[in-house]
Amino acid sequence: MIDFTYTVWIVLIPLIIFVLVGFFGNKFKPLVSGVIGTSGLFVSMALSYYTAYQYFFVLPKAGDVFAKVIGYNTVWLKLTDKLHIDLGVLLDPISVMMLIVITTVSFMVHLYSIGYMHGEKGYMRFFSFLSLFSFSMLGLVVATNIFQMYIFWELVGVSSFLLIGFYYEKDSAVAASKKAFIVTRFADLGFLVGILILSFTTGTFDFITLTDPNGPAMLQGSGIMFLGLSTMTWSMIFIFMGGAGKSAMFPLHIWLPDAMEGPTPVSALIHAATMVVAGVYLVARLFPIFHFSAPVALDVVMYVGAFSSIFAAIIACTQFDIKRVLAYSTMSQIGLMMFALGVSGYGEEQGLGFMASMFHLFTHAFFKALLFLGAGAIIHAVHSNVMNEMGGLRKHLPITHLTFLIACLSIAGIPPLAGFFSKDEILAAGHEKSMILFILGLTISGLTAFYMFRLYFSIFWGKEQHYHHTPHEAPKVMTIPLMLLALGAIFAGFLPFASFVTSDGKPFATHIEPFVAIPAVLVGVIGALLAMVFYKKETNIPERISASLGGFYHAAFRKFYIDEVYLFITKKIIFNYVSQPIAWFDRHIVDGSMNGISYVTNGVSTKIKGFQSGQLQQYAWVFITGAVALTLAFIYLWTN
Amino acid sequence: MFDGVPLSWFLIVATIMFFVGIYGFLVRKNLITMLMSLELILNSVNINFVAFNKLLYPNHLEGMFFSIFIIAVAASEASVAIAIIINIYRRLVNIDVEKMEEMKY
Amino acid sequence: MDILTSFIIIPVLTIIGILFCKDAKQVKWVSAIGMTLQLLNAAMLIILFLLERKSGNMAVMLFVKDVIWYPSLNIHYYVGVDGISVAMIGLTSIVIFAGIFASWEVTDLPKEFFITLILLSSGVFGFFISLDLFTLFLFYEIAVIPMYLLIGIWGSGPREYSAMKLTLMLMGGSALILVGLLGLYFNSAPGGGQLTFNILEIAKVHIPVETQKFFFPFLFIGFGVLGALFPFHTWSPDGHASAPTAVSMLHAGVLMKLGGYGCFRVAVFLLPEAAHELAWIFIILTTIGVIYGAFGAIWQKDLKYINAYSSVSHCALVLFAILMFNQTAMTGAILQMISHGIMTALFFALIGMIYGRTHTRYINEMGGLMKVMPFLAVCYVIGGLASLGLPGFSGFVAEMTIFVGAFKNADVFHRVATIIAVSSIVVTAVYILRVVGVLLFGKIKNEQFEHLTDAKWHEKLSTGILIFGITAIGLAPLWLSELINGSLGPIIQRLLVSSPIH
Repeated sequence: MIDFTYTVWIVLIPLIIFVLVGFFGNKFKPLVSGVIGTSGLFVSMALSYYTAYQYFFVLPKAGDVFAKVIGYNTVWLKLTDKLHIDLGVLLDPISVMMLIVITTVSFMVHLYSIGYMHGEKGYMRFFSFLSLFSFSMLGLVVATNIFQMYIFWELVGVSSFLLIGFYYEKDSAVAASKKAFIVTRFADLGFLVGILILSFTTGTFDFITLTDPNGPAMLQGSGIMFLGLSTMTWSMIFIFMGGAGKSAMFPLHIWLPDAMEGPTPVSALIHAATMVVAGVYLVARLFPIFHFSAPVALDVVMYVGAFSSIFAAIIACTQFDIKRVLAYSTMSQIGLMMFALGVSGYGEEQGLGFMASMFHLFTHAFFKALLFLGAGAIIHAVHSNVMNEMGGLRKHLPITHLTFLIACLSIAGIPPLAGFFSKDEILAAGHEKSMILFILGLTISGLTAFYMFRLYFSIFWGKEQHYHHTPHEAPKVMTIPLMLLALGAIFAGFLPFASFVTSDGKPFATHIEPFVAIPAVLVGVIGALLAMVFYKKETNIPERISASLGGFYHAAFRKFYIDEVYLFITKKIIFNYVSQPIAWFDRHIVDGSMNGISYVTNGVSTKIKGFQSGQLQQYAWVFITGAVALTLAFIYLWTN
Repeated sequence: MFDGVPLSWFLIVATIMFFVGIYGFLVRKNLITMLMSLELILNSVNINFVAFNKLLYPNHLEGMFFSIFIIAVAASEASVAIAIIINIYRRLVNIDVEKMEEMKY
Repeated sequence: MDILTSFIIIPVLTIIGILFCKDAKQVKWVSAIGMTLQLLNAAMLIILFLLERKSGNMAVMLFVKDVIWYPSLNIHYYVGVDGISVAMIGLTSIVIFAGIFASWEVTDLPKEFFITLILLSSGVFGFFISLDLFTLFLFYEIAVIPMYLLIGIWGSGPREYSAMKLTLMLMGGSALILVGLLGLYFNSAPGGGQLTFNILEIAKVHIPVETQKFFFPFLFIGFGVLGALFPFHTWSPDGHASAPTAVSMLHAGVLMKLGGYGCFRVAVFLLPEAAHELAWIFIILTTIGVIYGAFGAIWQKDLKYINAYSSVSHCALVLFAILMFNQTAMTGAILQMISHGIMTALFFALIGMIYGRTHTRYINEMGGLMKVMPFLAVCYVIGGLASLGLPGFSGFVAEMTIFVGAFKNADVFHRVATIIAVSSIVVTAVYILRVVGVLLFGKIKNEQFEHLTDAKWHEKLSTGILIFGITAIGLAPLWLSELINGSLGPIIQRLLVSSPIH
């Protein structure tokens, strides 16, 4: 047996950096904090790769299954004799895969940020938050139990909040950070309720026990019914609500586009590659429960994923802010991952969707982080987020241009780039389920290719704009991560993913089905070509098309008015019709009744205080009359 | 009993004095007069004490002592009261009891 | 001298010391030294307690001291502690320590201020160590009455009104408590024999259910008034808004816990059957309180009102958890008391410090404070995050323990109440982030605020120890939760025996 205790350091190193930089950062020069952060993450990354090597290649398999290994575990809080919250490290194929993704992307982003954030005021604050985020995210993926996951889930949320609101003097950033936190918090409410139901019915938080196909979670499958659904189904739906919030699934997606107010490296790390896929990871983590005892909940996952995916893809075609396009694209891709999980079965070939989802998560992390970092380099060069103010940048930013193109090709699913392989598996999984889902998947692929190349052509081709100063290529420290990630975006697809990450831990072989792959590639190419026709030269085709679509285009441009609906609910209903009346009720009715009691007391005392007139002789009169009356009364009573 | 003077005579005198005192206390507005009325009340009680003492325990003197006590207390009380009244007069230039109501409520 | 009595002796000696002081500086230092000693004393008590438990002394109460005080009514000075009282004493000493440093700049009658403040704290300490209902009540009154002077003399705004309101409502509560206590006293020897005020003795007696049901509401509502039980909470916003900083801290941080502790130690522990039968009424009230306080806080504009309503919500959660009658939820209730105590003291301290600089408490008149007073702003954010239950801070530990415990009651009524209570975490996030966003972030609205200074050393000390408290509990909650959990045994035992299901 191999000792995996050292894995705890993968998680702890970023925490140490956070404390170091966060509390003592102002003692040394800004650049030092960046270097400390980056080198710390490098150590974490190296350890993760080493762990992956040991886990996949050195550790003997149990049968032909990758075993789940507890690297480290300690009791954090005992709730009852049986229920306790542990903090620990659980290693299994998906957590090891996530360790690699997170540490790699996080390292790249750290490195990139040394250049990108250069000269910013909160340099050291930025790096401390970035480390805090890395710590929380790593803690989330290695969680041994669902409560640990919830703990780090919240921490991830707060680091996201802090980073979105990094430019805290900008009102829009503050509003966006608040929105992100509250929306995900609302989703976490569902997560928490789900955990409560789950732990109550199964009596454990522990993932290994929970996901054991013969464990207590499975026996509860047809347990108590509530509104026609079993307890486990309810708990899984609630837990998925948490996942949907974090992963920006419809209708809890509204925070993601606004979250682009944060610095671009943050968007790359948190809102593209790692945190937003936490929801997918959560569903994958609990997949056996979904599959065996809550198939209805799994259908919900599928429908929500598919709908969010197409919904976001449509919106992405209409946006002009490049980061927002990427945000909607992220939402769409995560929708695909959810969709793949939703259609998946359990065990080897049946679990193709599961594998595809994880695979896509893996490749997506590379090309999406690359896209965001590229966008950052572009914004860095032209000081604008808006597509219309760009154009013809390919000459000024050669490296960015090339890497951006690679990422676009990859996400559009053009072989042999990484995106092709993972997306192909998703489409194959959809195809196994039904033809309609397959066509839906194809549509999404086509749209993806279209909006990505729309972005690409309007930034790098099209008419050259008049810039304040000539755009120049970013410094080395920023372009190197771009190039490294581009390598990932090209080659990550060649990994035999199914021999490592599968639904039940048993490896299987995948192969490319021509009847899936050919249409997929065709759709991608068509989408890209259309975009080229529309946007490579300046034409008026886009305007004509959007005009002909009329109301639909407008609705998509306004993101289908979801934001307005939320605003209506929160501002109008909650604020004005719940909170304000409660405040009024409290002041006037509850407090009023308390004041009323004192008012009545006061009134009575005013009435009777007249007896205390200060007139000595009046007192004497009363006294004597009373004495006489009492005497008479006594005599009367005595004589009778 | 007292060589032909019946008890009731004493009691009648005491009662008249008592109620005269009460009346005076209640209706006169002048503090000095009220004080004098108070003395009347006390002295009516003194008469009763002495009379009953003589009637019930002719060989004892407790009733006498008590009336002497009362006279002494009344004297000190009168001196305190007059001191207060003089102070009031200095402040208000008036010793009308009806004007004195600052401490009400 | 035994260690528990020293908790009353030290404040008294400090007060005597202050009487001999010549100027404000000496007064401050004497009180600071006194309360530092008290803090060390509390730390020592915790260590001694743990050592004693470790050495196998499993008596219900430790360090017991029994002195007969008024024989004809059988009133004793009877003190002793279990893990819960120890934890509460720790909380009190931290809050009063921070409170002394937070009121470092009191210029108006400093001598009298510190004397009253420390007198109040001695009442609180006495309350937590008492095991005799009469001494318990006595100390309760000592803790409540100085509040009137502290708010009435050193307060701000409509201070006479607030002081009067607060004192009268709390006195109303005391009147109910007194009725309840006498009810317990006269039923403490049903078979004839010596009546007693001793909590542990009464706990051995079986009081008829009808009698219990008559006296339970008196005790629960009586203590509930101080614990901000809906709808008897309205003294809290006005009182806190008018009170000076240290008083708000002590009041919200510690005094409101007297209510929760009393409900728990007296009402529920001594009248368990009535507690079971009448719990539903109070569960409804506390559930309303949890969500109502949170929604009420959204609308407020005055920082102290926001925090007062937030306290209503958090304290309602304490009573809610007590009424769940199981070990997990009750552990959560005590944890929540401690967590909320430190957290809200931190908030009030910060609000006082911010007010001392900006001279306004209205959030829309401020903005961008992060830039001018980063230390205070960061502390405020930390307090806010702790308040909305972020892992790593004490609030999370307490709330999760409560929710898991509450969820163990499997019937629909409890489930619905629990889920409503759980949903408060979202509403809390809304009002906390609203304040943080408006107050600390954004641009500075008032030019005069550009030149404000950040925290001074005593302010850093005051907030520092409170933040240390919430993070220490938040990061390593196990020892505290075990400390509390270990002492809940007899109480739970008594509740289980009288449970209707049993």
